[in-house]
Amino acid sequence: MWISLRQELIVTGILFLLLFIKVFASEPRPGAILNGINLLLTINLILGFFPVSDATLFNGMFHTGRLIVLEKNILNLGTLIVSLLAYDWLKTHRQLLEFYMLLLSTLMGFFFMISAGHLLMFYLGLELSTIPLTALSGFDLEKRQSSEAAMKFIISSAFSSALLLFGISLLYGATGTLDFNGIVRHLDGSPLQLFAFIFILSGFAFKIAAVPFHLWTADVYEGSPVPVTAYLSVISKGAVFFIFVQTLYTAFKPLVGNWQHILMLLSVLTMLTGNLFALRQNKLKRLLAFSSITQSGFILAGMVGGTKAADASVVYFVLIYIFSNLGAFGVIALISAQTGRETIDDYKGLYAGNPLLSWVMAISLFSLAGIPPTAGFFGKFFLLMAGAAAGNYVFISIAALNMVISLYYYLRVIKAIFMDKQPDPIPKLGIAPLPNIAFVVCLAGVLVTGLMGWVYDYIYSLSTGL
Amino acid sequence: MNLSLLVILPLLTVLAVLLSWGPAAVRWLSFLGVTLQLILAILLLASYWRERTGGNAAPMLFEYNHPWFSTLNINYHIGVDGLSVSMILLTALVMFGAVLVSWNITSSTKEFFILLLLLSAGAYGFFISLDLFTLFFFLEVSVIPKFLLIGIWGSDPPPTGPIAKLRITKEYAATKLALMLMAGSALVFIGLLGVYYNTNGGSTFDWTVITDSGISTTSQRLFFPFLFIGFGIFTALFPFHTWVPDGHSSAPTAASMFLAGISMKLGGYGCLRIAVDLMPNAARYYSPYIVVLATIGIVYGAFATMMQKDLKYINAYSSVSHCGFILLGIGMFTQTAVEGAVLQMISHGLMTALFFAAIGMIYDRTHTRLVEKLGGLQKIMPFIATIFVIAGLCSLGLPGLSGFAAEITVFMGSWQRPGGAYHFATILACASIVITAVYILRATGQTIMGPVKEPQYNSLTDATWNERLAAILLAAGIFLIGVAPFWLKELINK
Repeated sequence: MWISLRQELIVTGILFLLLFIKVFASEPRPGAILNGINLLLTINLILGFFPVSDATLFNGMFHTGRLIVLEKNILNLGTLIVSLLAYDWLKTHRQLLEFYMLLLSTLMGFFFMISAGHLLMFYLGLELSTIPLTALSGFDLEKRQSSEAAMKFIISSAFSSALLLFGISLLYGATGTLDFNGIVRHLDGSPLQLFAFIFILSGFAFKIAAVPFHLWTADVYEGSPVPVTAYLSVISKGAVFFIFVQTLYTAFKPLVGNWQHILMLLSVLTMLTGNLFALRQNKLKRLLAFSSITQSGFILAGMVGGTKAADASVVYFVLIYIFSNLGAFGVIALISAQTGRETIDDYKGLYAGNPLLSWVMAISLFSLAGIPPTAGFFGKFFLLMAGAAAGNYVFISIAALNMVISLYYYLRVIKAIFMDKQPDPIPKLGIAPLPNIAFVVCLAGVLVTGLMGWVYDYIYSLSTGL
Repeated sequence: MNLSLLVILPLLTVLAVLLSWGPAAVRWLSFLGVTLQLILAILLLASYWRERTGGNAAPMLFEYNHPWFSTLNINYHIGVDGLSVSMILLTALVMFGAVLVSWNITSSTKEFFILLLLLSAGAYGFFISLDLFTLFFFLEVSVIPKFLLIGIWGSDPPPTGPIAKLRITKEYAATKLALMLMAGSALVFIGLLGVYYNTNGGSTFDWTVITDSGISTTSQRLFFPFLFIGFGIFTALFPFHTWVPDGHSSAPTAASMFLAGISMKLGGYGCLRIAVDLMPNAARYYSPYIVVLATIGIVYGAFATMMQKDLKYINAYSSVSHCGFILLGIGMFTQTAVEGAVLQMISHGLMTALFFAAIGMIYDRTHTRLVEKLGGLQKIMPFIATIFVIAGLCSLGLPGLSGFAAEITVFMGSWQRPGGAYHFATILACASIVITAVYILRATGQTIMGPVKEPQYNSLTDATWNERLAAILLAAGIFLIGVAPFWLKELINK
């Protein structure tokens, strides 16, 4: 039993360790603590790779398997990169230990959420992650905007939780069980069940910022500290997608005829809205917020397929998305922490002083746009390929069109960095060793994950279809 | 022969350039790289020829198949036939010229040559691919380097005519090019997915499997337009040609050469493969539409060229017209016409690269591309003037140069297609030659002949050794095809 809970236990261990340090250490030195924590997170990541057998614990509440362990490790990796990138910002932050405690509690919540075999466990995990996340988004303690973001986040989260809970309670009334295996047996597509399903789906849609439940995203992303925004847009979203796919493909399998059409509609709306709003943004954080909405739309498009390849392509894309989005956010975090400048106009002429940062940004954005040879190309290709298995080519055409639209706003940033000039460009910035490691990891991930076919093949071998 | 070398060699050159120091080292390393590319391409031609004359009748030679995403049945599958070999030769020649004429790039030299070499890697990869996924991968690889080359090292086209207020900047042209080519890729992508899920051979991207097992006529008709228009955007299919003039005119010389010489041929090659090998039934069905669009492109392109005052715009619009011949040949769908389309691809690739090289040399010296400001160049720079005239004469189809051989083959093949409307289209296309003669002769007369218009031009120098070498090689290719087109025809048909 303990070995099946290994990843959760390690995270808990680190959490308690930090707590003790907070209580007993008199005057912590930020540099040493940051190095220590990042080392612990790396160990956590490495230990996660040891193989584990399938297991079901707590009467089917919690189950684990090779795919789930891999998904948790993807989240571990993302958390480590975020932590490395946050170095410049945290170095001067007073509440550095609390930041990590909150961060690790959210990670723990995600772990339990992904492992859920029961809707109650799922809800428990979700709330365990949501509440610390809210605190994190208000973590720029001196900034009004940050508190505003936290406020908006908690209200919209509460609303989505309410929807989800309402749906879960209705589903319990309709089927008499909340166990995933039990739900499958009792679903027959009656109106009450569909009604309950729609509410549960809305709860998920809130978390992944699918249109029309996306309104909180831009403001929360903009107000939160950059590392938290990165965490929200990648780890939080990825975790919810993992469990979303599992829930649809296992518990709600009998309703596939219904959710396939709903997902197509959600996907098209999400892609289009995200893209159209992103076109005119001048603040990079808002631009990436809307671009992350668009990416959600693409992931939904892959989920429509319902095949083994669809499951695999979602996990594969989230992995790639972690590398590419964190690369972009890393550059923004570094520049924002050192100069406080965050708009596209500020980035004009960046290449002259900071060629390295410029290339990291450019390659990350190309990956987000799906340009080969970056991994984003393969991720998008396989998502849409999986979506096309459903046979609706109008839908795939709209998705492909959206790839073209999204290229425009990524190119705007590239143009500012490489082609435009301004009288007061960002001067040459120093990059500390830890963020440097993070950039190398992101770049390597973006360039290698796609070209190396075995990464996808491995994920595929673990996946399950409908 | 290991075909992957064609992709690996430019990448190795990129690596070497990346690690080198100073613009001179960068230039010489790039030059070494493209020289090796050219040698490799000639070696490929020789070994291909030997295999064929030795009686090897396999449809594709030097095949290599390595699983890439084995669970999705995606393979890195490469191989060549006569068509690919001739396109690879063209790429090597144009790249050789492109590096040589970029000798005086001074700002960010390293980045410039790296992007240029990446472009060539993408083009080689495209021409050797036998797996549609690999093909698509290499097709898209080349979009972003073009965007950066135009946006960073390009020049804003001079404001001309009544719409001078609508100033076209190089950034605008670069973005337009990237978005339109991306849209083309998106169409190709949809078509590929359709092919993947609807072949009789089971879900596969493999070229040889698909052509062997075939695609049902219904699926062919459904997905042919996506693929053809998608590739057509790359090769300036009317009405999706609008990226061509702006993109070519804003690009630095080497990028213009690559864009017009090779990049547009990626589309032509794609169209040809799709129409002839992959979906012949649909190609026959859509043939009238293709012919109509191609003819409009030819005639419209020719008339639009007449109105241009900027040398680069003249060549860019004439490219629209000339690439129309490629599409016309494919649309007519007789064997001779398709053969002519291939000849035209290679001929136009060489000719337009030479033309852009000449224009680039003139612009580097006089800092203007406007016809009205130039004049009497043959007195000041006789070599450049000569290659300008050669490229121009090739463009208007003078016998003995490659343009004539290609166009006459297209016309003869088109005439073989029975039906009054097809004959009419052929006549229209033939008539466009006259318009071509008008604009080429006028531009040549005004820039090359006559008095020198600006006194400071008298002190300008003629071409340097690198420019001469590039021009001579490209011109040699034009003469070789013009005088003896049969060897190329034989190569394609083998």
